[in-house]
Amino acid sequence: MAKKLNIKDKYRLLTRDLDWEYSYEDRKEAFPFEEFEGIKITDWSKWEDPFRLTMDSYWKYQAEKEKKLYAIFDAFSQNNGHLNVSDPRYVNALKLFLTGVSPLEYQAYQGFAHVGRQFGGVGARVACQMQAIDELRHVQTQIHAMSHYNKFFDGFQDYSHMHDRVWYLSVPKSFFNDARAAGPFEFMVAIGFSFEYVLTNLLFVPFMSGAAHNGDMATVTFGFSAQSDEARHMTLGLEVIKFLLEQHEDNVPIVQKWIDKWFWRGSRLLTIVAMMMDYMLPNKVMSWKEAWEVYFEEAGGALFKDLARYGIKMPKYAETIEKEKEHISHQAWWTFYTHGHAAGFHTWIPTDEELDWLSEKYPDTFDKYYRPRWELAKEMEAKGERFYTKALPQLCTTCQIPMLFTEMDDPTLNSFRDTVHNGERYHFCSDGCKDIFEDEPEKYVQSWLPVHQIFQGNCGGPDVENVLSDFYRMNLGEDNMDMKGSPDEKRWKQWKGVA
Amino acid sequence: MPVHAMTPDYKGEVLDRLENFHGNQVVYVGWDHHLMFCAAFAYPVPPEMPFTALLNEVMPDAFGMHGEFEKINWEKAEWLLDGQPFIPQLDVSLADQGIAHKSLLRFQTPELTGFKGAGV
Repeated sequence: MAKKLNIKDKYRLLTRDLDWEYSYEDRKEAFPFEEFEGIKITDWSKWEDPFRLTMDSYWKYQAEKEKKLYAIFDAFSQNNGHLNVSDPRYVNALKLFLTGVSPLEYQAYQGFAHVGRQFGGVGARVACQMQAIDELRHVQTQIHAMSHYNKFFDGFQDYSHMHDRVWYLSVPKSFFNDARAAGPFEFMVAIGFSFEYVLTNLLFVPFMSGAAHNGDMATVTFGFSAQSDEARHMTLGLEVIKFLLEQHEDNVPIVQKWIDKWFWRGSRLLTIVAMMMDYMLPNKVMSWKEAWEVYFEEAGGALFKDLARYGIKMPKYAETIEKEKEHISHQAWWTFYTHGHAAGFHTWIPTDEELDWLSEKYPDTFDKYYRPRWELAKEMEAKGERFYTKALPQLCTTCQIPMLFTEMDDPTLNSFRDTVHNGERYHFCSDGCKDIFEDEPEKYVQSWLPVHQIFQGNCGGPDVENVLSDFYRMNLGEDNMDMKGSPDEKRWKQWKGVA
Repeated sequence: MPVHAMTPDYKGEVLDRLENFHGNQVVYVGWDHHLMFCAAFAYPVPPEMPFTALLNEVMPDAFGMHGEFEKINWEKAEWLLDGQPFIPQLDVSLADQGIAHKSLLRFQTPELTGFKGAGV
């Protein structure tokens, strides 16, 4: 009988030993994606495995975790856990998560599976394959965690179909499409480093602590279960950056450009988290501004100090982003509120207590720029004319968000940027998005901008209502419109026995 | 470099070219310092449409929801076309006065300062 292997040997055999020398095939043809981005790798053996995990221990460990997780989901379901959430408004944050974020886990799976095949170094391949499986598990467990809510609330039923079609979901979808359409090294800087290492805390912590503060034990449990995976993803993201920077000095400007691009794109994407924190959580965790200061300015600042020795600077638009923390959540929720007829979740006017909380958290901006919008909305609602905007908005070609952001030095004026490429004019919400386009116009001329697609007749119609019901598959009058008077609200009142 | 692609001379398909809009062109119209409307509106309109039709038939439906819209003195409103000062000719078609596919028109009404004077 064969002797049992010690852990070190087992690890070597199940990772590095999976590679082989190419004696009769051209190695370049086996890894065709490795050179076109201009990244120079001189020695893959210098790759340090970010975590020592073999596939057999991975299965064993994850199976145990998942067993506990599903036991809790079952208990949550059997005990009607949805009745314990703070307020039915909270559930709308989950609708946004399921339609906007969970499908990104699936895209991350696809992306990591791709680079897990394409890197020439076996250590990087194995690490990326493990992360690919993590991401696939995450999308599955998130769907299961939220499936209970689908039995009791509107708006969960067609999340995957909606992710591919709905106007505001083109924002997260195109973000990941952009990363996956890039080469493998850019993908890793985009998702592995910028998103997973630096920005993930701003997505994950707010949603998971938001769940905890609002009595959603299913989502909290998912969060805990995913935490050990996330720690591995962060380690991988950091290893990628260090490896690229140590391999060749010519890599530094390329990596810097990707960091500039993906921090900007990431901060734009996180706008939905900002508005979720400030407006959608009935029990607040902290303000978006506070989260940004803790998780980006402090943690990210220390990271970039560490990276300075490689010649890496703070991301290019960091100063703009710092000013934006005072504004973006308010600008985004107003946009969703005024487009509440076209959203797959409910929107509402903040309560008086919430308006006061916002004034306290944003003393320099809320009362001056944003409270008046809610006073207008209240006046209109009181007259029985709840405000829904009647025309479609202009979109940014790069981030695909309606051009709702303002100049940071003049917050009552929208920020407009444009450029002309091959005789066609393109519009952007910011210098960041414009620079990204101008660096690779042939990529972004292909942007599938939902408003333009509707005008071209590619989304059904003829009216917006037909687009919403037939092309997006929203149940009109149930999934969309104000929280007030919604079937969600009526059912909640029945369950709670209040009039 | 137009794109960092594996394929030499990679060209992307321009999804928003004029001929895809079935005879219309897209025109964006924004009202500066009136953020009741979160962004400029996008309109699919025929290039041969006279400016007066854009102003009197297309714009009032959505912009008219703002209490100040009726009070605008259009003689005094200031316009920008793609960032440059612009004086619209009411009876001339959009195309013939340089309002092209995906042009952005912005108008400013300095005497109207928005809901509660807050730029809303």
